[in-house]
Amino acid sequence: MEYLNIFIKSAFIDNMVFTFFFGMCSYLAVSKTVKTAVGLGSAVIFVLVVTTPINYLLETLVLQEGALAWLGDEYATMDLSFLSFIMFIAVIASIVQLVEMLVEKFSPALYGALGIFLPLIAVNCAILGAALFMQQKQFANIGQATVYGLGSGFGWFIAIVLIAAIREKIKYSHIPGPVKGVGMAFILTGLMGLAFLGFLGFEL
Amino acid sequence: MSEEKKSEPLFSKKNKALITNPLNSINPVTIQVLGICSALAVTVQMDNAIIMSLAVTAVLIIGNVLVSLMRNIIPGKIRIIVQLVIVAALVIIVDQVLKAYVYDVSKKLSVFVGLIITNCIIMGRLEAFALGNKSWASALDGLGNGIGYGLVLVVVAFFKELFGSGTLTIPGLGKLTIIPESIYEMGYMDNGLMLLPPSSLFIVGIYIWVQKARNPELIGE
Repeated sequence: MEYLNIFIKSAFIDNMVFTFFFGMCSYLAVSKTVKTAVGLGSAVIFVLVVTTPINYLLETLVLQEGALAWLGDEYATMDLSFLSFIMFIAVIASIVQLVEMLVEKFSPALYGALGIFLPLIAVNCAILGAALFMQQKQFANIGQATVYGLGSGFGWFIAIVLIAAIREKIKYSHIPGPVKGVGMAFILTGLMGLAFLGFLGFEL
Repeated sequence: MSEEKKSEPLFSKKNKALITNPLNSINPVTIQVLGICSALAVTVQMDNAIIMSLAVTAVLIIGNVLVSLMRNIIPGKIRIIVQLVIVAALVIIVDQVLKAYVYDVSKKLSVFVGLIITNCIIMGRLEAFALGNKSWASALDGLGNGIGYGLVLVVVAFFKELFGSGTLTIPGLGKLTIIPESIYEMGYMDNGLMLLPPSSLFIVGIYIWVQKARNPELIGE
């Protein structure tokens, strides 16, 4: 039940895109067709599910104050949390490299479609953002952290697929020139964010 | 050629353009659509927005200069990692400085200071400019883009705070009440929606609309 709660909360209530604006750059740039949106969304879910638990272990076994106690008494009071940014980003960058190689091997079409945006997942704020929130929320065990990663990725996936579907249709409507494209995408995202506010306070 | 470059004044026309262009025609946030996450998330109060833009500008300038100095010794294949490490190190310093001097704001910015690392403006400028230009030009480019980013942040924060809570919080001056009590007594109410995340999206959308309507040459496609 607790896992389900974390999932729902991270996917809908604290939606990455609508509440924290994480990963907006790729969200706006890759959301022109549903197909590429699904590809990038799945890549983000995968990277989040893999990196969040790894970062969780890193946080609890190395970085947290007193986390190094397993090394011996003289390390028990060490606090390395100031290093967390650089450690998290290193983990993320290497996992993304791995995903890139896997996608290139198994789905060249998707690799071609995602193009530049696959390596850019490394600098997608959604991934680092999830790691930093995971650090702030202090989950009790690695399972919760993984579910948090999965939920956040799923929320991001929904957001990008929805906006891509809307943008595919909106091509055929008459929009004033200056607000066409990015401007409209912003306002649409705002409206979707309003809808997602309806989930506020929802709990199982 | 190199003689000419040496005699180029520090603020030549080209160098000035490096600062002024990002304010409007190639604004990193509204035109290039980079660095949106933090631009939208830290804008509930003016002081957060101002301190965030200062932090980003500082990282941008120093990062640009460092990468530009190292541009000939960074191997092309691993440049992203090298840039990430440089930026991450700078952000750690900025984070510690913020914690030491403006602890309240640093608490409110929470994870968004860390997210400067993944701010696409910084990676974008390092990739697109610092890797191919001299350090002085890179510093100016960093300054220009930092101001361009800050401009949007401050505009969004201005509207959000003014209409959301009727105040403006400016560093050094504290919280200023802008909308007088008498107007509230006449029945005016703060717009609670302005404090919620979606309103920043609306404001940026309208900002882009106004900007492009005033500069029709910016309308692409």
